[in-house]
Amino acid sequence: MLNTIWFALWGLLWAVYFMLDGFDFGVGVLHPFIAKEDLERRMVINTIGPVWDGNEVWLITAGGATFAAFPTTYAYMFSYLYTPLFIILASLILRGVSFEFRGKIESEGWKKFWDFIIFLFSLIPAVLFGVAFGNIFMGLPFDTNGYHGTLFTLLNPYGLLTGVFFLLLFLEHGALWLSFKASNSVAERAQASAKKIWPLLLIVAVLFLAYTKFATKLYNNYISHPVWFIVPAIAVVSLLLIRAFMNSSYAKAFLSSCVTIVTVVFTGVIGLYPNLIPSSINPAYNLTIFNSSSSQYTLKVMLIVAVIFVPIVIAYQLWAHMLFKGTIKKEDLEDKEVETY
Amino acid sequence: MDTVLLARWQFAMTALFHFIFVPLTLGLSFLVAIMETAYVRTGNETYLRMTKFFGKLFLINFALGLVTGITLEFEFGMNWARYSKFVGDIFGAPLAIEATMAFFLESTFLGVWIFGWKKVSKKTHALSIWLVAFGTNISALWILIANAWMQHPVGYVIRNGRAEFVNFWAAALQPYAILKFLHTVSAGYVVGSFFVMGISAYHLLKNQEVDLFKKAFKIGAYFGLFASLVVFIVGDLHAGEVAKTQPTKLAAMESLWNTKKGAPMYLFLIPDEKHERNAVEIFGIPKMLSVLAYHNPNATVRGLKSFPKNDRPPVTITFISFRTMVALGTLFVLLTLFAFYLIKKDKLLDKKWFLKLMLFAIPLPYLACELGWIVAEVGRQPWIVYGLLRTSQGTSTAVMPSQIIMTIIGFIFLYSILGFIDIYLLIKYAKQVPEPATKEGGY
Repeated sequence: MLNTIWFALWGLLWAVYFMLDGFDFGVGVLHPFIAKEDLERRMVINTIGPVWDGNEVWLITAGGATFAAFPTTYAYMFSYLYTPLFIILASLILRGVSFEFRGKIESEGWKKFWDFIIFLFSLIPAVLFGVAFGNIFMGLPFDTNGYHGTLFTLLNPYGLLTGVFFLLLFLEHGALWLSFKASNSVAERAQASAKKIWPLLLIVAVLFLAYTKFATKLYNNYISHPVWFIVPAIAVVSLLLIRAFMNSSYAKAFLSSCVTIVTVVFTGVIGLYPNLIPSSINPAYNLTIFNSSSSQYTLKVMLIVAVIFVPIVIAYQLWAHMLFKGTIKKEDLEDKEVETY
Repeated sequence: MDTVLLARWQFAMTALFHFIFVPLTLGLSFLVAIMETAYVRTGNETYLRMTKFFGKLFLINFALGLVTGITLEFEFGMNWARYSKFVGDIFGAPLAIEATMAFFLESTFLGVWIFGWKKVSKKTHALSIWLVAFGTNISALWILIANAWMQHPVGYVIRNGRAEFVNFWAAALQPYAILKFLHTVSAGYVVGSFFVMGISAYHLLKNQEVDLFKKAFKIGAYFGLFASLVVFIVGDLHAGEVAKTQPTKLAAMESLWNTKKGAPMYLFLIPDEKHERNAVEIFGIPKMLSVLAYHNPNATVRGLKSFPKNDRPPVTITFISFRTMVALGTLFVLLTLFAFYLIKKDKLLDKKWFLKLMLFAIPLPYLACELGWIVAEVGRQPWIVYGLLRTSQGTSTAVMPSQIIMTIIGFIFLYSILGFIDIYLLIKYAKQVPEPATKEGGY
């Protein structure tokens, strides 16, 4: 029972991480295209300024929870996916410092350099997280002797499709965020992008769902327990609702996009159960929530911690999001008394 | 080169680089919180400008501490998979708790602090930097609980081929962990106060913003005196704990080869590892080592030769790092005492040489912190978990030496560029004169 609860929490941490940092990635990739001059770019960066750092902590928590609850999976996952993880790590480091460094020297070239860094190192992790999860859904080639793949094994058609799917999810998410957080022409360009990206996202989502049937065993759980089809059904409905809401409220469209990302992640996670990483060589080697977990004692201690602290975290993060919910205007950025990036 | 050595080099590099930024975060967060609280309580604009000035430096430094920390969490799994598997039941928990209790707190409220000058009340704004400060210190607590377990494993059994928790509190509250925590965070406070004093000294020497920087120097000096004394006293207790729990580390710290009752301490010695002796030993203080280690002049201290050769840590580096750290720690007490005296007598501005000295002393507490980690981690060798798992048994089997070499090159490249930019920006903003007060007071 504890193992299953931790599996659900593990899925939830990843889902919330993608829901939150997803729009940071989208904003980072889109910003050179949506914002034309320096003040506009600062506006875009400052929409995520107060929250990106708190968003990224969900990744650290997801990693920490994997280590604490499923240490064997943590050990194998991180050493098998060595190169992509290093690239993700370097990207997150560069993206993180670029927000802080960009405005610290008044020079055109300096700012352009960091704009490019923000773009590139938002793009790379957005795709690579998709590639990594696509490969986990399929299973990795490992047995008792270890891992038999390389970085290029991961770049298979299904992995790449999942990468593109994640990227489009995040681009749509980021465009919708900017549609109501930025103002004037920046918001208008973001709205136009959101409308352009959506049909692409829909096509790739359909392809992903279809290809999943052939490339993975994710649907087996759904066939044996059809009630779970509710989760992918919500994903599809909320994806369609994004477009419907765009005519009335971009904030609602954004919330719908949040639901889409969370349910997409859970669609995969439910299909994986009880595996954390299946072996594509032989299911006997699968890393499951039973054979790779911590002791019941540790799972219990960790659950108590999570039950107490996660609601507190959610409460103050919501408070902070509400505090900064307003639109960012150009005047705000020129106000010398307010700190901005 | 083999995987073990490469993985060790990579960990040493990335951990020491991370720890350039963390101590300042630990100390400066409290100092900025004190400055802002002084503003809220007195309404004096000078404190507000001081808060913003040092706050900017805090943020430049914080960014790098944050991002280089993620590396370490990834590295346990990437390079040390067998270690992670063996200790995951125990080691993972404090890491996850650290993220849940501390990282969210510091990152969320730092966002509020940076961007919330006009969004929240003065008191809430000051409260948010206090929460950041507590967050960074809670974070230190949990990661040091995890590290203390590697130094002195308690509250576990070996079951299913790994260490499993039987008593969480035994590990979380063991004296080793608490002492290590107090020693490390107070060292961070010393870094923070020398940073504030050094930069204030720079501006005082240039005779600019004298009122503001005199006040800042005073805050730094008082906090620094308190912190230096705590580091020193806790350091002594911590060494006593090491003597009890890690006799090989203690023997290496003191370069003691033969077991001795009432062991003396030599003020100057040169270890000779090859011949298992010290090449030079002069200025011996009788029984001093026994007093320091066990607080008893007749206590027996075990020498390195009483342990099998393959259980001993590298002696020279552990010894030199420890000696230098202790010398620096003593120096910090003397410097802050003198600063305290000058402030009390209102003679600070007359002693230009002292201000100059304090400016150039900024790097010293950093050095002491790095040396402290070298003592802690090199002194623990050849164990990754003391007495339980050898470092050579902790690496990843799925990872090739070439992969580690590639990532080492990657880290050197990335970290040297970022480190260079960060230090450049710190110096640039430290040299600037604080911005003048605004009409509305900045909120």
